[in-house]
Amino acid sequence: MATETQTARRPVLAVLPRVTGALNRVLTVALLALLVAWLVVNLVQSPSQFGAVALIGLTNGSLYALIALGYTLVYGIIELINFAHGDVFMWGTMITVTVAGTHLGLNGSQSGAVTLLGVLAAMACAMAFCATLNAGIERVALRRLRDAPRLAPLITTLGLSYVLSNAAQFFYGPNYTGIGAVLPGKVLFLNWPEKSLIVILATIPLLLVLTYVVRFTRQGRAMRAVAQDMDAARMMGVDVDRTISFTFALAGGLAGAAGTLYLLDITTTRFDLGQIGLLAFTAAVLGGIGNLTGAALGALIIGFIQAFNEGLSWHAPGEQWTTSIVFSILILILVFRPQGILGQPEADRA
Amino acid sequence: MMDRLHIPKRLQRFVLPAIIIPLVVLYPEYYTQLGTSQLIPTLSTAVVMTVFVTMAVGLNMVVGYAGLLDLGYVAFYAAGSYVAGWFASDQFATHHFVFGAVGVQGNAIGIHVSIWILLAVAALFAAMLGVMIGLPTLRLRGDYLALVTLGFGEIIPQVVRNGDALFGQNITNGVAGITPIDPMGFKYAHGVLPFLPDNFLLTPNLDVWYYRVGLLLVAVTVFCSIRLRDSRLGRAWVALREDEIAAAAMGVPLMRVKTLAYASGAFFGGAAGCFYGTYQGGAIPDNFKLYISTLVLAMVILGGMGNVWGVCLGAAVLSYLNQQGLGAIGNQINSSFGTNIEITKYEAGLFGLIIVLMMLFRPQGLIPSARRKAEFDVIREEAETAGVAA
Repeated sequence: MATETQTARRPVLAVLPRVTGALNRVLTVALLALLVAWLVVNLVQSPSQFGAVALIGLTNGSLYALIALGYTLVYGIIELINFAHGDVFMWGTMITVTVAGTHLGLNGSQSGAVTLLGVLAAMACAMAFCATLNAGIERVALRRLRDAPRLAPLITTLGLSYVLSNAAQFFYGPNYTGIGAVLPGKVLFLNWPEKSLIVILATIPLLLVLTYVVRFTRQGRAMRAVAQDMDAARMMGVDVDRTISFTFALAGGLAGAAGTLYLLDITTTRFDLGQIGLLAFTAAVLGGIGNLTGAALGALIIGFIQAFNEGLSWHAPGEQWTTSIVFSILILILVFRPQGILGQPEADRA
Repeated sequence: MMDRLHIPKRLQRFVLPAIIIPLVVLYPEYYTQLGTSQLIPTLSTAVVMTVFVTMAVGLNMVVGYAGLLDLGYVAFYAAGSYVAGWFASDQFATHHFVFGAVGVQGNAIGIHVSIWILLAVAALFAAMLGVMIGLPTLRLRGDYLALVTLGFGEIIPQVVRNGDALFGQNITNGVAGITPIDPMGFKYAHGVLPFLPDNFLLTPNLDVWYYRVGLLLVAVTVFCSIRLRDSRLGRAWVALREDEIAAAAMGVPLMRVKTLAYASGAFFGGAAGCFYGTYQGGAIPDNFKLYISTLVLAMVILGGMGNVWGVCLGAAVLSYLNQQGLGAIGNQINSSFGTNIEITKYEAGLFGLIIVLMMLFRPQGLIPSARRKAEFDVIREEAETAGVAA
């Protein structure tokens, strides 16, 4: 679209794209240099603080990666931004509270092996619940809108996000709820320097499994086929509806796992936690929506940005600016590089 | 009954307005006779309803006419309120400037400009903001555009909340907000037309006058909306909504048309914000949550995207529920069944549910515009033929 209007311009303005292009590059480099300088000053001033903050960034980044992958999987297959995804994640934390806290009564006093098994059971429940929830959303609300104007399903998920968050308020009350410090200093024979590390360690196998499913299984091949061309895939005998359901379930499962990990790390949750989804979504766009590696990369970047902004002491804007910073990044990315860091430019997408 | 009441065909379309408009305009005169039920909208609810109707009709220009999904409409509402806050309060205490303001001394601290002027200033300021938001998004389409507006809708309230120490300046007074904002009044017309009050705050029931001004605002907005819809620009918006590439090929200047859509929508959002600011007597960040954007969007969807009257109805219903109705209904339920449900807590979910159900079962809204209705009929027919073929 943009190229058509540009070629139609008068010749005097023909150099404009080149000038703005150069300007963009200069500004990008200047901004990045400023960012690096700020980080270096902070590192020199207080290396121990910087290390701790970087670890928080890595933890948050891993969590966001799990959520961002859900956005990117769904977008990749039906080009829909699932606004309800953050609230599916929030339900993951709630289910973990119910299973690990209420039913299993984990509170950190149990032995390492029991804690580990309990946490795994809670995570399995949360993953199953969120997978069902997300697939159910697709089945009930989105499937019948697949041929509707493009904004209709988008608006529907926006409405669903309010419904889900209100339902959580109904069942779990308006206040913070949680499970206390389930993880002791010690899990099995390992001494964690930071309990956050478990988030990172749990994320890696999940990402590996996801990569395996998408790249090497029959169902994963069907997903990629539907993402590329839904009609052609259908003609080749792929069950499109089932594949889309599977994708939603996969995305929901990751969000459920993220919910359990979030709760282990932060220990409290509330009905409006779904707001985090917007951060994860920004991460997915930053990395290149539809691109799995990109989502993970973007999530790490957003995690670090948030942690550095909130944790560093030298000229950091602080927590009250996090939303503005993240959304400024989102806007800048969308305007200057809509395909994201790793995405391929597409003619008719943005 | 209807058969005997013979109305000439060319007058028929005036029947409904002839019933509804007097009912609405004269509401302050008769609402006390309707009984003491909590369900009867109070005048202050009615004033807030006019604010939301104005906003919904404004948003309808962007979403309904031009088909550009705007999830950050609250930004313009906030901008309008803060214009009132800046130029009609004690906020900038180092300045002494009074111009036509009501209820302040000539040597008052701060800037005090007449609210009538500020309504226009706020609208123009919001429109400018709309252009600023619109310009970088011109290359984007559909959902990406929605995201950028969502981003602005998150950023602007946060800037406002943190604006008490922006580069060492107190611009927005932070979470406390700017208060008090000067009231409205006809200080200068009062000498000529004595039935107009000098200062709304000093009238026996200030809500009556604010309601009348609010209705005026709605009337102007609806008039502009309809005139714009039928103008060359409005037809360009519809063309843009239907098929951007085809519109561009037919010579519709996409950039200008999109920018103007944002500007027009924002214009009325700003005016509504300014009016709300002076009615509430303050610009407070808590009033500008992202949730408001969704609420106004729900009004547009409920009423019927693109249809001014539908949108007015949707906005009136939802803002009534939001302001008073849900609480009153909850109280009724609780007192008659002895339950203890705080129904207002679930307002967001209820509006979410309304959005979902409308999208699934009646995407054209309560009162669809003729064009939308035709489109949905075509889509349904196509789906049916496709179903037969498959």
